[in-house]
Amino acid sequence: MSTSSDGPRPLPTAESARETIETESIATPRRGPFRGLRERWNEMSRPMQWAWMLPVVAIAYALPFLDFFPLSTSPGNNWSIALFSMAVYALVAVGLNVVVGYAGLLDLGYVAFFAVGQYTAAMFTSPDSPYLKIPYLWTLPAAMVVAMIFGVVLGVPTLRLRGDYLAIVTLGFGEIVRILATIIPAMKGQVGFQNIGRPPGETASGVPIFSNSNGVPWYWLTITILIIVLLLVGNLERSRVGRAFIAIREDEDAAETMGVPTFKYKVWAFAIGASVGGLSGALMAGQIGFVNNQKFDVQTSILFLAAVVLGGTGNKVGAILGGAIVAYIPLRFTAIAEYKYLIFGVALVILMIYRSQGLIPAKMRLMAYSRKAIEWIAPPKPPRVEPPRTSTPSTEGGAS
Amino acid sequence: MTDSNENQVPADAAPEESATDAASAEMPEGAQPDIVPGEDPPLVEGAESEREIEVEVGEKLVEVKNLTIRFGGLTALDDVSFDIKRGEILGLIGPNGAGKTTCFNAMTGVYKPTSGDVLLEGQSVKGRKQHQITRLGFARTFQNIRLFGEMTALENVVVGLDARHRTSVPGALLRLPRHVREEKSSVDRAMALLDFVGIAQHAQKRSRDLSYGSQRRLEIARALGTDPKLLCLDEPAAGFNPAEKEDLMALIRSIRDEGYTVLLIEHDMKLVMGVTDRIVVLEFGKKIADDLPAAIRNDPRVIAAYLGVPEDDVA
Repeated sequence: MSTSSDGPRPLPTAESARETIETESIATPRRGPFRGLRERWNEMSRPMQWAWMLPVVAIAYALPFLDFFPLSTSPGNNWSIALFSMAVYALVAVGLNVVVGYAGLLDLGYVAFFAVGQYTAAMFTSPDSPYLKIPYLWTLPAAMVVAMIFGVVLGVPTLRLRGDYLAIVTLGFGEIVRILATIIPAMKGQVGFQNIGRPPGETASGVPIFSNSNGVPWYWLTITILIIVLLLVGNLERSRVGRAFIAIREDEDAAETMGVPTFKYKVWAFAIGASVGGLSGALMAGQIGFVNNQKFDVQTSILFLAAVVLGGTGNKVGAILGGAIVAYIPLRFTAIAEYKYLIFGVALVILMIYRSQGLIPAKMRLMAYSRKAIEWIAPPKPPRVEPPRTSTPSTEGGAS
Repeated sequence: MTDSNENQVPADAAPEESATDAASAEMPEGAQPDIVPGEDPPLVEGAESEREIEVEVGEKLVEVKNLTIRFGGLTALDDVSFDIKRGEILGLIGPNGAGKTTCFNAMTGVYKPTSGDVLLEGQSVKGRKQHQITRLGFARTFQNIRLFGEMTALENVVVGLDARHRTSVPGALLRLPRHVREEKSSVDRAMALLDFVGIAQHAQKRSRDLSYGSQRRLEIARALGTDPKLLCLDEPAAGFNPAEKEDLMALIRSIRDEGYTVLLIEHDMKLVMGVTDRIVVLEFGKKIADDLPAAIRNDPRVIAAYLGVPEDDVA
């Protein structure tokens, strides 16, 4: 533990003991170039934060029109489709971040849930599938539910394992799903499913709005979903659930002793992560319009994991950034796309050396109303005008 | 306390299970006279909502019955029986390897007893998962501090408080009213607890950035957050200097005065003798004495087995 070095100093009186407690724990500043930004952000009131978010969201929606040289992936790759795939990767990373970043469960088979989502969308909408057909948009929740079931089915027997053992089992699970897609006739192996459904709507000329060649509506749909998912994940984070996840990540035994039903919450983490993975898979399947058993290999799982680690494990904004980068680099720099694993490998090594917490280090807020706590710690320096609230508690602080 | 706080207590007592409703709703009024005179205003008022504060010292709270734990061929605890009475501070001492922490672990569900049983208010811990045992009313701290390092002090305590919360994923996703209520009340309760152990000013710091002494106190606050009937402290004074030990003794006493029952494992004889009401001595997994501190001090078996040195050197 980190405490071994800063043991107690011999002190003559209780008074001076208290003094050291005060001085010793002057907050050590968090590292990172975004520190100032982050602190300023945290000091803002919630409406202020919303106000600042609006332009960011607006820019995100406007990205398809910023199709010019240094940013755009054209002419090598269609910019709007590239954006869509970045958004999907971001969504995947947000989902995986719940599992890996929050609950600390290393999942090396996350692509399995992505695959489950894709196949769910395909089998419910493609004319190649003999089963019941439902409108495409309904496959999004369906994919979430199916993937969630898979998550629970995987989680219940395996989540008694910890650390490396769990990683190995999830790795195996990813492979199982891929191989099942190959050997089960109904999954149609490499032939796959074509003409997967799309959301309704046509332009005046009769071309569907959500066509396979036009990424813009798909991108907008995906980032809209991404924003909703972010809000929901944020709600989870600032709740008992988020605290349970982090407690499990930090010290599972202590969490259990403190009354956290660790197994239940680990299964929840898996289920939530899986459902987001399934959702992104269904989106991907819809846009491409074709699903077969390729691309669900271990490398893709590792790529997803790299996105989370790159962005900052445990930080959902970091996960978005990581996911977008991981998708963007090979599309933007097509010349080096073949070497993307090499590049990400090197990038990760460098990142781990100089910035082991990821691009945006995690510091989540785990309390919905932690601002209330600030009222308790009456700041002595600025004389506040509203007297009765803030003054009393701190004076009682030393009483015990 | 602040106005907002005073209002908070009834508000968060109300939604609890209907069984305890009648009792807990009266708590803020009923609780105050019980606080020992001379103490500060009821610092942990929020935490009282579910706990029966009417403490009758003498009534059995915990029964350890013929507890035996074997690890392979090693008998770590051999037929140990003792009671913990409501409202007392019981010391559990013994040389290293005597089975003190094993006894703790058996009580809190880390180890399953080979035979024998531990009863809390007549309810067995057998067959219960650890978090269920915590809900039953056992809370503990760890010999080597085990906080959630990346969380703030406040969040650590709220994890303890969450043991009594019932919001799960759907409630949190949709911010249902119960979630909002629990979140709001838990800030006040957690701050009250931090204040009680004396580290309220560090509430927003990451727990790993706290000083060693504050971390120890935070562990106690977190354990108190689970609203325990029995608080088990595993060597809380390890690594403390005499002044800090003095403070800790005062804290342990005030915890008892708040109506908690305390089980204390400690090596420091001065602290044990100074703060406990009764002491159980273990040696090689067997109970060799169970008496008042003064009697333990003079018990030749204890001196021989545990202290092994003239009494005035130890005390």
